Amino acid sequence: MIPRDFEYHAPRSLPEAIALLKQYGDGAKLLAGGHSLLPMMKMRFAEPAHLVDLGRLPELKGIREVGNALHIGAMTTENDLIWSALVQKKCPLLVEGARLIADPQVRYKGTVGGDISHGDPANDHPALMLALGASFVLKGSGGERVVPADGFFLGTYSTALKPGEILTEIRIPVPAAGTGWCYAKLKRKTGDFATAAAAVLLRMKGETVQEVSIALTNAGATALKARKAEDSLRGKALTDAAMAEAARLAMSICEPAADQRGDVEYKTAMAGEMTQRALRTARSRATH
Amino acid sequence: MAKKQAVSFKLNGKQVDVLVEPRELLIHTLREKLQHTGPHIGCETSHCGACTVDLNGMSVKSCTVLTVQCQDAEMLTIEGFEQGGALHALQEGFTQEHGLQCGYCTPGMITRAYRLLKENPKPSEEEIRYWMAGNLCRCTGYQNIVKAVQYAAKKLSSASA
Repeated sequence: MIPRDFEYHAPRSLPEAIALLKQYGDGAKLLAGGHSLLPMMKMRFAEPAHLVDLGRLPELKGIREVGNALHIGAMTTENDLIWSALVQKKCPLLVEGARLIADPQVRYKGTVGGDISHGDPANDHPALMLALGASFVLKGSGGERVVPADGFFLGTYSTALKPGEILTEIRIPVPAAGTGWCYAKLKRKTGDFATAAAAVLLRMKGETVQEVSIALTNAGATALKARKAEDSLRGKALTDAAMAEAARLAMSICEPAADQRGDVEYKTAMAGEMTQRALRTARSRATH
Repeated sequence: MAKKQAVSFKLNGKQVDVLVEPRELLIHTLREKLQHTGPHIGCETSHCGACTVDLNGMSVKSCTVLTVQCQDAEMLTIEGFEQGGALHALQEGFTQEHGLQCGYCTPGMITRAYRLLKENPKPSEEEIRYWMAGNLCRCTGYQNIVKAVQYAAKKLSSASA
């Protein structure tokens, strides 16, 4: 399995990478970890004429705490996230999610920015980012803009990235102390995409839900924010009935594509089940 | 056809230079140009782990890396494990614990386990199973592979103690 012929570029600075994208336009694709793009190129589903490798830009790597947020370079790998004491302490949801992505070898190469930019609803970071209320720094020849994750994912393999723009950084507001979290993912085996998955952040006040965030993986053309499900829980006690109702509302927005992982009905039911499991686990981890 | 590019890297401690098309995958360069046929091609779709090599301190599937990405890299393949006629502790472990049957996955298993033990010299059984999950074996049922890694972990940590 050999990709179609292409030219390879390894820019040494971000401006150089942006200039290459501008020069080659539609013919260029960015190479991050390569574990989505290279398989597509080997299958000849993708045939870019120019490949711009971001692997030699250290400024796109690394995790920093800035004020009350984590700033994560787009080329930070999944294993970097898993092994980061800072991420584990400030945003354990992201570690839990990354641990469920692909397999160890893929996690050495796969990057958070690549996972997001690819726009694949089966990828895990889009839903994690929606749940966390993250925003993305996009840089192009016209300058820089910061866009919220909510609204970034437009369709399957389609995002708000404009031609010539590069996702350079992910900014995640640190969840309030005591916030419970869970990424519940159903998959057939290591390395598989989710049959369905749910990311939950949950803040309790006594027995009452103060704030909740729910997002779904692989349940539609994009990752989905389950707003009605969230609304149904705010200010309520987190009873079994309330969680079942939230799951029903989450399922009502699901439009999964049938594949070998299951038909539409099964995958929708699993999205509901993952929502309930994530809520239960998040509840057990919430401390207020 | 895109112009061939010269790529230099260190393979098992030796400097090598190859001339490749940008689209050439690392596993093909290793096997066909450099005659390093230890890393195997199992699935060629980054699932099975038979082509695992150690690249700049990371275990990677060399079917999903372009050779042109490896400029200045340091690479270790199964060919680099035996030193002066003595088997590496992992090779010994796979022998002693019957960690293989057909052997097809073994170079990838050993190369992956090498990096795992560098990062975590005393892994629990659960950690071994989690961090070796990118390598498939269709013969053993994994039990003896886990034992082989445990054997090597013990031997390596007693040697360094």
